[in-house]
Amino acid sequence: MTEIPEHLLKRAQAARDKAAASSGDTAPAGGDAPASDPRIPAHLLERSKSARSKTDDGGAVAVADKVSAVVAAAPASGGVPVGAGPGGHTQRLLTVVKSGSIQDVKATPVDKVHTWPHLLAVEFVAALACTAFLFFFSIFVNAPLLQLANPNQTPNPSKAPWYFLGLQELLTMFHPMVAGVTIPGIALFALILAPYIDKNPSNKPEDRKFATSIMTVHLMFWAVLVMIGSFFRGPGFNFVFPWRDGLFFEL
Amino acid sequence: MAKVIDDPRPTAKERLNKTVESVQGSQAWNSIFRPGSIFRKGYTDSPRNRSYVIMNSVLYHLHPVKVKRHAVKVSYTLCLGGLSFFLFILLTVTGIFLMFFYRPEATAAWNDISSLQTSVAFGLLIRNMHRWGAHLMVLSVFLHMARVFYHGAYKPPREFNWVIGVVLLTLTLLLSFTGYLLPWDQLAMWAVAVGTNMMGYTPVFGSQVRFVLLGGVEIGSETLLRWYVLHVLMLPFVIVIFMAIHFWRVRKDGGISGPL
Repeated sequence: MTEIPEHLLKRAQAARDKAAASSGDTAPAGGDAPASDPRIPAHLLERSKSARSKTDDGGAVAVADKVSAVVAAAPASGGVPVGAGPGGHTQRLLTVVKSGSIQDVKATPVDKVHTWPHLLAVEFVAALACTAFLFFFSIFVNAPLLQLANPNQTPNPSKAPWYFLGLQELLTMFHPMVAGVTIPGIALFALILAPYIDKNPSNKPEDRKFATSIMTVHLMFWAVLVMIGSFFRGPGFNFVFPWRDGLFFEL
Repeated sequence: MAKVIDDPRPTAKERLNKTVESVQGSQAWNSIFRPGSIFRKGYTDSPRNRSYVIMNSVLYHLHPVKVKRHAVKVSYTLCLGGLSFFLFILLTVTGIFLMFFYRPEATAAWNDISSLQTSVAFGLLIRNMHRWGAHLMVLSVFLHMARVFYHGAYKPPREFNWVIGVVLLTLTLLLSFTGYLLPWDQLAMWAVAVGTNMMGYTPVFGSQVRFVLLGGVEIGSETLLRWYVLHVLMLPFVIVIFMAIHFWRVRKDGGISGPL
Protein backbone atom coordinates (compact mmCIF):
# COMPACT_ATOMS: atom_id res chain seq x y z
CA MET A 1 0.00 0.00 0.00
CA THR A 2 1.23 3.45 -0.83
CA GLU A 3 2.11 5.99 1.79
CA ILE A 4 -0.73 8.36 2.63
CA PRO A 5 0.52 11.89 3.38
CA GLU A 6 0.24 13.00 6.93
CA HIS A 7 -2.01 15.98 6.25
CA LEU A 8 -4.55 13.79 4.40
CA LEU A 9 -4.65 11.38 7.31
CA LYS A 10 -5.20 14.31 9.66
CA ARG A 11 -7.98 15.65 7.50
CA ALA A 12 -9.68 12.26 7.36
CA GLN A 13 -9.39 11.87 11.12
CA ALA A 14 -10.91 15.30 11.65
CA ALA A 15 -13.80 14.48 9.30
CA ARG A 16 -14.38 11.20 11.09
CA ASP A 17 -14.43 12.86 14.49
CA LYS A 18 -16.81 15.51 13.25
CA ALA A 19 -19.15 12.95 11.75
CA ALA A 20 -19.03 10.86 14.90
CA ALA A 21 -19.88 13.86 17.00
CA SER A 22 -22.80 14.92 14.80
CA SER A 23 -24.40 11.52 14.35
CA GLY A 24 -24.35 10.98 18.09
CA ASP A 25 -25.36 7.66 19.57
CA THR A 26 -26.65 6.15 16.32
CA ALA A 27 -23.12 5.72 15.04
CA PRO A 28 -20.76 3.24 16.55
CA ALA A 29 -17.64 4.53 18.20
CA GLY A 30 -16.08 6.66 15.51
CA GLY A 31 -12.85 5.69 13.93
CA ASP A 32 -12.82 1.99 14.74
CA ALA A 33 -14.05 0.52 11.51
CA PRO A 34 -12.24 2.94 9.16
CA ALA A 35 -9.04 2.36 11.01
CA SER A 36 -9.33 -1.33 10.25
CA ASP A 37 -9.47 -0.65 6.52
CA PRO A 38 -8.10 2.76 5.59
CA ARG A 39 -8.64 2.14 1.87
CA ILE A 40 -12.36 2.88 2.17
CA PRO A 41 -13.01 6.64 2.31
CA ALA A 42 -14.40 7.83 5.58
CA HIS A 43 -17.54 9.40 4.19
CA LEU A 44 -18.58 6.17 2.45
CA LEU A 45 -18.12 4.23 5.63
CA GLU A 46 -20.13 6.80 7.51
CA ARG A 47 -22.92 6.58 4.99
CA SER A 48 -23.10 2.84 5.17
CA LYS A 49 -22.90 2.90 8.91
CA SER A 50 -25.77 5.32 9.31
CA ALA A 51 -27.85 3.37 6.81
CA ARG A 52 -27.18 0.19 8.70
CA SER A 53 -28.28 1.69 11.97
CA LYS A 54 -31.50 3.04 10.49
CA THR A 55 -32.60 -0.15 8.76
CA ASP A 56 -32.62 -3.07 11.07
CA ASP A 57 -35.20 -5.17 9.20
CA GLY A 58 -32.77 -6.00 6.40
CA GLY A 59 -33.18 -8.32 3.46
CA ALA A 60 -34.12 -5.68 0.87
CA VAL A 61 -32.29 -5.01 -2.34
CA ALA A 62 -29.70 -2.29 -2.45
CA VAL A 63 -30.52 0.43 -4.94
CA ALA A 64 -27.10 1.57 -5.84
CA ASP A 65 -27.75 4.66 -7.95
CA LYS A 66 -30.30 6.13 -5.55
CA VAL A 67 -28.51 5.26 -2.44
CA SER A 68 -27.94 8.75 -1.13
CA ALA A 69 -31.58 9.69 -1.61
CA VAL A 70 -32.65 6.48 0.06
CA VAL A 71 -30.42 6.99 3.01
CA ALA A 72 -31.56 10.55 3.44
CA ALA A 73 -35.24 9.75 3.08
CA ALA A 74 -35.31 6.34 4.68
CA PRO A 75 -37.22 7.11 7.91
CA ALA A 76 -39.82 9.27 6.19
CA SER A 77 -40.65 7.17 3.13
CA GLY A 78 -41.33 3.89 4.79
CA GLY A 79 -42.51 2.11 1.63
CA VAL A 80 -39.25 2.28 -0.16
CA PRO A 81 -37.41 -0.95 0.12
CA VAL A 82 -34.32 -0.05 1.99
CA GLY A 83 -32.04 -2.69 3.15
CA ALA A 84 -28.63 -3.97 3.61
CA GLY A 85 -26.55 -5.99 1.24
CA PRO A 86 -24.04 -8.51 2.29
CA GLY A 87 -22.32 -7.28 5.38
CA GLY A 88 -24.99 -4.69 6.05
CA HIS A 89 -23.93 -2.21 3.36
CA THR A 90 -26.58 -0.41 1.38
CA GLN A 91 -24.22 -0.39 -1.54
CA ARG A 92 -21.18 -2.32 -2.25
CA LEU A 93 -17.87 -0.69 -2.61
CA LEU A 94 -16.39 -2.25 -5.70
CA THR A 95 -13.10 -0.50 -5.63
CA VAL A 96 -11.44 2.71 -4.68
CA VAL A 97 -9.43 3.98 -7.61
CA LYS A 98 -6.40 5.78 -6.39
CA SER A 99 -5.58 8.91 -8.33
CA GLY A 100 -2.14 7.71 -9.27
CA SER A 101 -3.42 4.71 -11.21
CA ILE A 102 -5.46 6.60 -13.79
CA GLN A 103 -3.93 10.06 -13.68
CA ASP A 104 -0.36 11.00 -14.22
CA VAL A 105 0.19 12.91 -11.02
CA LYS A 106 3.54 14.63 -11.07
CA ALA A 107 3.30 16.66 -7.91
CA THR A 108 3.35 14.72 -4.68
CA PRO A 109 1.43 16.34 -1.87
CA VAL A 110 3.63 18.45 0.37
CA ASP A 111 3.09 19.18 4.00
CA LYS A 112 2.22 22.87 4.02
CA VAL A 113 1.09 25.47 6.53
CA HIS A 114 -0.69 28.77 6.08
CA THR A 115 1.60 31.74 5.57
CA TRP A 116 -0.62 33.70 7.91
CA PRO A 117 -0.01 33.33 10.80
CA HIS A 118 2.89 30.85 10.71
CA LEU A 119 5.36 32.66 8.45
CA LEU A 120 4.20 36.24 8.89
CA ALA A 121 4.55 36.00 12.66
CA VAL A 122 8.15 34.82 12.34
CA GLU A 123 8.94 37.56 9.84
CA PHE A 124 7.34 40.19 12.01
CA VAL A 125 9.36 39.19 15.05
CA ALA A 126 12.57 39.08 12.99
CA ALA A 127 11.93 42.53 11.55
CA LEU A 128 11.12 43.90 14.97
CA ALA A 129 14.27 42.41 16.51
CA CYS A 130 16.36 43.79 13.65
CA THR A 131 14.88 47.27 14.04
CA ALA A 132 15.38 47.20 17.78
CA PHE A 133 18.98 46.10 17.44
CA LEU A 134 19.74 48.80 14.87
CA PHE A 135 17.95 51.43 16.92
CA PHE A 136 19.78 50.75 20.17
CA PHE A 137 23.12 50.24 18.47
CA SER A 138 22.66 53.62 16.76
CA ILE A 139 21.82 55.29 20.04
CA PHE A 140 25.06 54.13 21.65
CA VAL A 141 27.52 54.08 18.74
CA ASN A 142 27.96 57.07 16.46
CA ALA A 143 28.85 56.80 12.79
CA PRO A 144 32.27 58.28 12.08
CA LEU A 145 32.58 61.74 10.58
CA LEU A 146 36.23 62.73 10.21
CA GLN A 147 37.70 66.01 9.03
CA LEU A 148 36.51 67.63 5.81
CA ALA A 149 37.92 65.87 2.75
CA ASN A 150 41.29 67.27 1.78
CA PRO A 151 42.88 66.07 -1.46
CA ASN A 152 46.27 67.38 -0.35
CA GLN A 153 46.49 65.38 2.83
CA THR A 154 46.53 61.62 2.47
CA PRO A 155 45.65 59.88 5.72
CA ASN A 156 48.01 57.11 6.71
CA PRO A 157 46.84 54.44 6.29
CA SER A 158 44.02 55.06 3.85
CA LYS A 159 41.74 52.08 3.69
CA ALA A 160 38.83 51.04 1.51
CA PRO A 161 35.48 50.05 3.08
CA TRP A 162 35.79 46.79 5.02
CA TYR A 163 34.24 44.58 2.34
CA PHE A 164 36.97 45.70 -0.09
CA LEU A 165 39.82 45.32 2.39
CA GLY A 166 40.42 41.78 1.20
CA LEU A 167 41.15 43.22 -2.23
CA GLN A 168 43.37 45.89 -0.73
CA GLU A 169 45.20 43.17 1.14
CA LEU A 170 45.72 41.33 -2.14
CA LEU A 171 47.28 44.53 -3.49
CA THR A 172 50.22 43.96 -1.16
CA MET A 173 50.87 40.61 -2.86
CA PHE A 174 49.98 41.07 -6.51
CA HIS A 175 50.07 43.58 -9.30
CA PRO A 176 47.08 45.95 -9.00
CA MET A 177 45.48 44.55 -12.13
CA VAL A 178 45.57 41.01 -10.72
CA ALA A 179 44.44 42.03 -7.23
CA GLY A 180 41.87 44.63 -8.21
CA VAL A 181 40.36 43.21 -11.38
CA THR A 182 41.41 39.68 -12.25
CA ILE A 183 40.91 37.92 -8.92
CA PRO A 184 37.59 39.58 -7.98
CA GLY A 185 36.44 39.15 -11.58
CA ILE A 186 37.20 35.43 -11.51
CA ALA A 187 35.58 35.10 -8.09
CA LEU A 188 32.40 36.80 -9.28
CA PHE A 189 32.35 34.75 -12.45
CA ALA A 190 32.87 31.52 -10.52
CA LEU A 191 30.01 32.45 -8.19
CA ILE A 192 27.69 33.10 -11.11
CA LEU A 193 28.67 29.81 -12.75
CA ALA A 194 28.47 27.75 -9.54
CA PRO A 195 25.04 26.20 -10.26
CA TYR A 196 26.14 25.25 -13.76
CA ILE A 197 29.47 23.78 -12.65
CA ASP A 198 28.04 21.82 -9.74
CA LYS A 199 26.25 18.91 -11.44
CA ASN A 200 25.63 16.99 -8.23
CA PRO A 201 21.82 16.79 -7.96
CA SER A 202 21.70 16.17 -4.21
CA ASN A 203 21.24 18.89 -1.63
CA LYS A 204 22.13 16.65 1.29
CA PRO A 205 25.19 17.93 3.15
CA GLU A 206 26.65 14.42 3.32
CA ASP A 207 26.60 14.17 -0.50
CA ARG A 208 28.16 17.57 -1.06
CA LYS A 209 31.35 17.38 0.92
CA PHE A 210 33.49 18.61 -1.97
CA ALA A 211 31.33 21.64 -2.77
CA THR A 212 31.01 22.50 0.90
CA SER A 213 34.76 22.27 1.47
CA ILE A 214 35.63 24.36 -1.59
CA MET A 215 33.20 27.10 -0.56
CA THR A 216 34.32 27.04 3.06
CA VAL A 217 37.98 27.29 2.08
CA HIS A 218 37.29 30.30 -0.13
CA LEU A 219 35.03 32.03 2.38
CA MET A 220 37.59 31.52 5.14
CA PHE A 221 40.38 32.72 2.87
CA TRP A 222 38.35 35.82 2.14
CA ALA A 223 37.38 36.42 5.75
CA VAL A 224 41.00 36.12 6.89
CA LEU A 225 42.13 38.61 4.23
CA VAL A 226 39.43 41.07 5.26
CA MET A 227 40.37 40.70 8.92
CA ILE A 228 44.07 41.17 8.25
CA GLY A 229 43.32 44.20 6.10
CA SER A 230 40.97 45.60 8.75
CA PHE A 231 42.81 45.02 12.00
CA PHE A 232 46.41 44.09 11.24
CA ARG A 233 47.40 46.87 8.86
CA GLY A 234 48.70 50.17 10.14
CA PRO A 235 50.55 53.17 8.76
CA GLY A 236 51.98 52.53 5.31
CA PHE A 237 49.72 49.46 5.24
CA ASN A 238 52.42 47.66 7.22
CA PHE A 239 51.61 44.71 9.43
CA VAL A 240 50.71 45.69 13.01
CA PHE A 241 49.22 43.97 16.01
CA PRO A 242 46.06 45.79 17.10
CA TRP A 243 46.70 45.00 20.79
CA ARG A 244 50.19 46.50 20.59
CA ASP A 245 49.97 49.33 18.05
CA GLY A 246 46.28 50.22 18.22
CA LEU A 247 43.46 49.93 15.77
CA PHE A 248 43.59 51.58 12.35
CA PHE A 249 40.08 50.88 11.28
CA GLU A 250 36.97 52.98 10.70
CA LEU A 251 33.61 51.62 9.61
CA MET B 1 -43.01 62.65 37.53
CA ALA B 2 -40.15 60.36 37.85
CA LYS B 3 -39.32 58.44 34.75
CA VAL B 4 -38.71 54.79 35.24
CA ILE B 5 -35.41 53.92 33.72
CA ASP B 6 -35.63 50.44 32.35
CA ASP B 7 -32.20 50.22 30.86
CA PRO B 8 -29.23 51.08 33.01
CA ARG B 9 -26.87 53.62 31.59
CA PRO B 10 -24.52 51.88 29.09
CA THR B 11 -21.08 51.28 30.47
CA ALA B 12 -18.01 52.65 28.77
CA LYS B 13 -17.23 49.21 27.41
CA GLU B 14 -20.66 48.83 25.89
CA ARG B 15 -20.45 52.23 24.28
CA LEU B 16 -17.04 51.42 22.89
CA ASN B 17 -18.30 48.16 21.46
CA LYS B 18 -21.19 49.97 19.84
CA THR B 19 -18.87 52.53 18.30
CA VAL B 20 -16.53 49.86 17.00
CA GLU B 21 -19.51 48.02 15.57
CA SER B 22 -20.82 51.03 13.74
CA VAL B 23 -17.40 52.00 12.39
CA GLN B 24 -16.70 48.46 11.19
CA GLY B 25 -20.13 48.29 9.60
CA SER B 26 -19.69 51.50 7.66
CA GLN B 27 -19.29 51.60 3.94
CA ALA B 28 -16.00 53.48 4.15
CA TRP B 29 -14.45 50.91 6.47
CA ASN B 30 -15.54 48.00 4.29
CA SER B 31 -14.22 49.71 1.19
CA ILE B 32 -10.77 50.06 2.75
CA PHE B 33 -10.36 46.64 4.33
CA ARG B 34 -10.90 43.83 1.88
CA PRO B 35 -12.32 40.46 2.88
CA GLY B 36 -9.84 38.58 5.02
CA SER B 37 -8.45 41.70 6.64
CA ILE B 38 -8.17 41.15 10.37
CA PHE B 39 -9.74 44.61 10.86
CA ARG B 40 -12.92 43.65 9.05
CA LYS B 41 -16.09 42.92 10.99
CA GLY B 42 -16.50 39.28 11.86
CA TYR B 43 -12.97 38.16 11.12
CA THR B 44 -12.55 34.62 12.30
CA ASP B 45 -9.51 32.41 12.21
CA SER B 46 -10.62 30.11 9.41
CA PRO B 47 -8.58 28.56 6.59
CA ARG B 48 -10.50 30.74 4.15
CA ASN B 49 -9.63 33.94 6.00
CA ARG B 50 -6.03 32.84 6.45
CA SER B 51 -5.81 32.60 2.67
CA TYR B 52 -7.56 35.93 2.15
CA VAL B 53 -5.14 37.71 4.49
CA ILE B 54 -2.34 36.89 2.06
CA MET B 55 -4.22 37.17 -1.22
CA ASN B 56 -5.96 40.44 -0.47
CA SER B 57 -3.00 42.36 0.89
CA VAL B 58 -0.72 44.23 -1.45
CA LEU B 59 2.18 43.76 0.95
CA TYR B 60 1.73 40.16 1.96
CA HIS B 61 0.92 38.76 -1.45
CA LEU B 62 4.63 38.56 -2.14
CA HIS B 63 4.08 35.32 -0.23
CA PRO B 64 2.19 32.29 -1.40
CA VAL B 65 -0.94 31.46 0.62
CA LYS B 66 0.73 28.33 1.95
CA VAL B 67 4.37 27.49 2.48
CA LYS B 68 6.16 24.24 3.18
CA ARG B 69 6.14 23.39 6.85
CA HIS B 70 9.93 23.27 7.09
CA ALA B 71 10.21 26.70 5.45
CA VAL B 72 8.86 28.54 8.49
CA LYS B 73 11.61 27.16 10.71
CA VAL B 74 13.98 29.96 11.59
CA SER B 75 16.84 27.45 11.75
CA TYR B 76 16.55 26.79 8.01
CA THR B 77 16.72 30.30 6.51
CA LEU B 78 17.89 32.24 9.59
CA CYS B 79 15.64 34.95 8.09
CA LEU B 80 18.67 36.27 6.20
CA GLY B 81 17.03 36.96 2.85
CA GLY B 82 14.01 38.56 4.44
CA LEU B 83 16.19 40.64 6.75
CA SER B 84 18.26 41.85 3.80
CA PHE B 85 15.06 43.06 2.17
CA PHE B 86 13.84 44.56 5.42
CA LEU B 87 17.13 46.39 5.89
CA PHE B 88 16.80 47.73 2.35
CA ILE B 89 13.42 49.18 3.32
CA LEU B 90 14.85 50.66 6.53
CA LEU B 91 17.70 52.17 4.52
CA THR B 92 15.26 53.64 2.02
CA VAL B 93 13.23 55.27 4.77
CA THR B 94 16.22 56.66 6.67
CA GLY B 95 17.88 57.64 3.39
CA ILE B 96 14.89 59.72 2.33
CA PHE B 97 15.10 61.50 5.66
CA LEU B 98 18.80 62.24 5.10
CA MET B 99 18.13 63.58 1.60
CA PHE B 100 16.18 66.48 3.07
CA PHE B 101 19.34 67.83 4.69
CA TYR B 102 22.04 67.04 2.18
CA ARG B 103 23.46 68.80 -0.89
CA PRO B 104 25.89 66.83 -3.08
CA GLU B 105 28.42 69.63 -3.52
CA ALA B 106 31.99 69.55 -2.33
CA THR B 107 31.53 72.86 -0.53
CA ALA B 108 28.30 71.92 1.24
CA ALA B 109 28.23 68.16 1.80
CA TRP B 110 30.39 67.88 4.90
CA ASN B 111 28.77 70.89 6.55
CA ASP B 112 25.33 69.48 5.85
CA ILE B 113 26.19 66.21 7.54
CA SER B 114 27.83 68.02 10.41
CA SER B 115 24.85 70.29 11.06
CA LEU B 116 22.48 67.37 10.53
CA GLN B 117 24.17 65.71 13.50
CA THR B 118 24.09 68.73 15.74
CA SER B 119 21.00 70.76 14.88
CA VAL B 120 18.41 68.43 13.33
CA ALA B 121 16.08 66.53 15.65
CA PHE B 122 17.00 62.84 15.48
CA GLY B 123 19.49 63.68 12.73
CA LEU B 124 22.39 61.91 14.38
CA LEU B 125 20.27 58.87 15.23
CA ILE B 126 18.91 58.51 11.70
CA ARG B 127 22.36 58.91 10.19
CA ASN B 128 23.72 56.26 12.54
CA MET B 129 20.90 53.92 11.63
CA HIS B 130 21.55 54.47 7.94
CA ARG B 131 25.25 53.82 8.31
CA TRP B 132 25.04 50.76 10.55
CA GLY B 133 22.07 49.44 8.61
CA ALA B 134 24.12 49.60 5.42
CA HIS B 135 26.98 47.60 6.94
CA LEU B 136 24.46 45.16 8.36
CA MET B 137 22.83 44.74 4.96
CA VAL B 138 26.15 43.94 3.29
CA LEU B 139 26.75 41.39 6.02
CA SER B 140 23.29 39.82 5.81
CA VAL B 141 23.43 39.57 2.01
CA PHE B 142 26.82 37.84 2.30
CA LEU B 143 25.50 35.43 4.90
CA HIS B 144 22.36 34.81 2.86
CA MET B 145 24.55 33.80 -0.06
CA ALA B 146 26.57 31.44 2.14
CA ARG B 147 23.39 29.93 3.60
CA VAL B 148 21.94 29.33 0.12
CA PHE B 149 25.18 27.73 -1.00
CA TYR B 150 25.45 25.40 1.97
CA HIS B 151 21.86 24.25 1.49
CA GLY B 152 22.51 23.53 -2.18
CA ALA B 153 19.55 25.79 -2.90
CA TYR B 154 21.06 26.99 -6.18
CA LYS B 155 20.48 23.61 -7.82
CA PRO B 156 17.89 23.13 -10.56
CA PRO B 157 15.40 24.70 -11.01
CA ARG B 158 16.91 27.60 -9.05
CA GLU B 159 20.15 28.17 -10.99
CA PHE B 160 19.13 31.45 -12.54
CA ASN B 161 17.79 32.84 -9.30
CA TRP B 162 21.25 32.27 -7.83
CA VAL B 163 22.70 34.31 -10.71
CA ILE B 164 20.26 37.12 -9.94
CA GLY B 165 21.31 36.80 -6.31
CA VAL B 166 24.97 37.33 -7.24
CA VAL B 167 23.90 40.43 -9.20
CA LEU B 168 22.04 41.63 -6.10
CA LEU B 169 25.13 41.05 -3.96
CA THR B 170 27.19 43.14 -6.38
CA LEU B 171 24.57 45.87 -6.43
CA THR B 172 24.47 45.88 -2.63
CA LEU B 173 28.24 46.38 -2.50
CA LEU B 174 28.00 49.18 -5.08
CA LEU B 175 25.19 50.86 -3.16
CA SER B 176 27.22 50.72 0.02
CA PHE B 177 30.37 51.94 -1.72
CA THR B 178 28.67 54.88 -3.46
CA GLY B 179 27.13 55.91 -0.15
CA TYR B 180 30.56 55.79 1.47
CA LEU B 181 31.70 58.89 -0.40
CA LEU B 182 28.76 61.11 0.43
CA PRO B 183 29.78 62.43 3.90
CA TRP B 184 32.79 63.95 2.10
CA ASP B 185 35.19 63.51 4.99
CA GLN B 186 38.73 62.18 4.90
CA LEU B 187 37.53 58.61 5.46
CA ALA B 188 35.06 58.80 2.57
CA MET B 189 37.35 60.49 0.10
CA TRP B 190 40.38 58.27 0.59
CA ALA B 191 38.43 55.02 0.80
CA VAL B 192 36.94 55.90 -2.55
CA ALA B 193 40.34 56.95 -3.88
CA VAL B 194 41.70 53.50 -3.01
CA GLY B 195 38.68 51.79 -4.58
CA THR B 196 38.63 53.76 -7.79
CA ASN B 197 42.40 53.46 -8.24
CA MET B 198 41.89 49.70 -8.24
CA MET B 199 39.18 49.97 -10.86
CA GLY B 200 41.56 52.08 -12.89
CA TYR B 201 43.58 48.92 -13.50
CA THR B 202 40.78 47.37 -15.54
CA PRO B 203 42.48 46.05 -18.66
CA VAL B 204 42.11 48.08 -21.88
CA PHE B 205 39.59 50.66 -20.61
CA GLY B 206 41.16 51.31 -17.22
CA SER B 207 41.52 55.08 -17.45
CA GLN B 208 38.15 55.46 -19.19
CA VAL B 209 36.39 53.48 -16.45
CA ARG B 210 38.05 55.64 -13.85
CA PHE B 211 37.17 58.84 -15.71
CA VAL B 212 33.51 57.87 -15.99
CA LEU B 213 33.32 56.90 -12.31
CA LEU B 214 35.02 60.05 -11.07
CA GLY B 215 33.56 62.47 -13.58
CA GLY B 216 37.09 63.76 -14.10
CA VAL B 217 40.68 62.74 -13.52
CA GLU B 218 40.48 63.03 -9.77
CA ILE B 219 37.86 62.96 -7.04
CA GLY B 220 35.95 66.23 -6.83
CA SER B 221 32.55 67.85 -6.87
CA GLU B 222 31.59 66.02 -10.08
CA THR B 223 32.36 62.70 -8.44
CA LEU B 224 30.16 63.60 -5.52
CA LEU B 225 27.21 64.49 -7.72
CA ARG B 226 27.71 61.38 -9.84
CA TRP B 227 27.88 59.02 -6.89
CA TYR B 228 24.98 60.74 -5.20
CA VAL B 229 22.73 60.15 -8.19
CA LEU B 230 23.97 56.57 -8.40
CA HIS B 231 23.36 56.07 -4.69
CA VAL B 232 19.93 57.60 -4.27
CA LEU B 233 18.35 56.95 -7.65
CA MET B 234 19.98 54.72 -10.16
CA LEU B 235 21.27 51.82 -8.10
CA PRO B 236 18.11 51.61 -5.93
CA PHE B 237 16.06 51.63 -9.11
CA VAL B 238 18.10 48.79 -10.60
CA ILE B 239 18.25 46.78 -7.39
CA VAL B 240 14.48 46.99 -6.92
CA ILE B 241 13.97 45.53 -10.38
CA PHE B 242 16.36 42.69 -9.65
CA MET B 243 14.77 42.12 -6.24
CA ALA B 244 11.36 41.86 -7.87
CA ILE B 245 12.68 39.22 -10.26
CA HIS B 246 14.46 37.45 -7.39
CA PHE B 247 11.32 37.20 -5.23
CA TRP B 248 9.14 36.27 -8.20
CA ARG B 249 11.54 33.51 -9.18
CA VAL B 250 11.55 32.12 -5.64
CA ARG B 251 7.85 31.40 -6.08
CA LYS B 252 8.03 30.32 -9.71
CA ASP B 253 10.80 27.84 -8.90
CA GLY B 254 8.56 26.10 -6.40
CA GLY B 255 9.00 28.11 -3.26
CA ILE B 256 11.83 27.90 -0.86
CA SER B 257 14.29 25.00 -1.29
CA GLY B 258 14.64 21.97 0.91
CA PRO B 259 14.07 20.21 3.17
CA LEU B 260 17.55 18.85 3.33
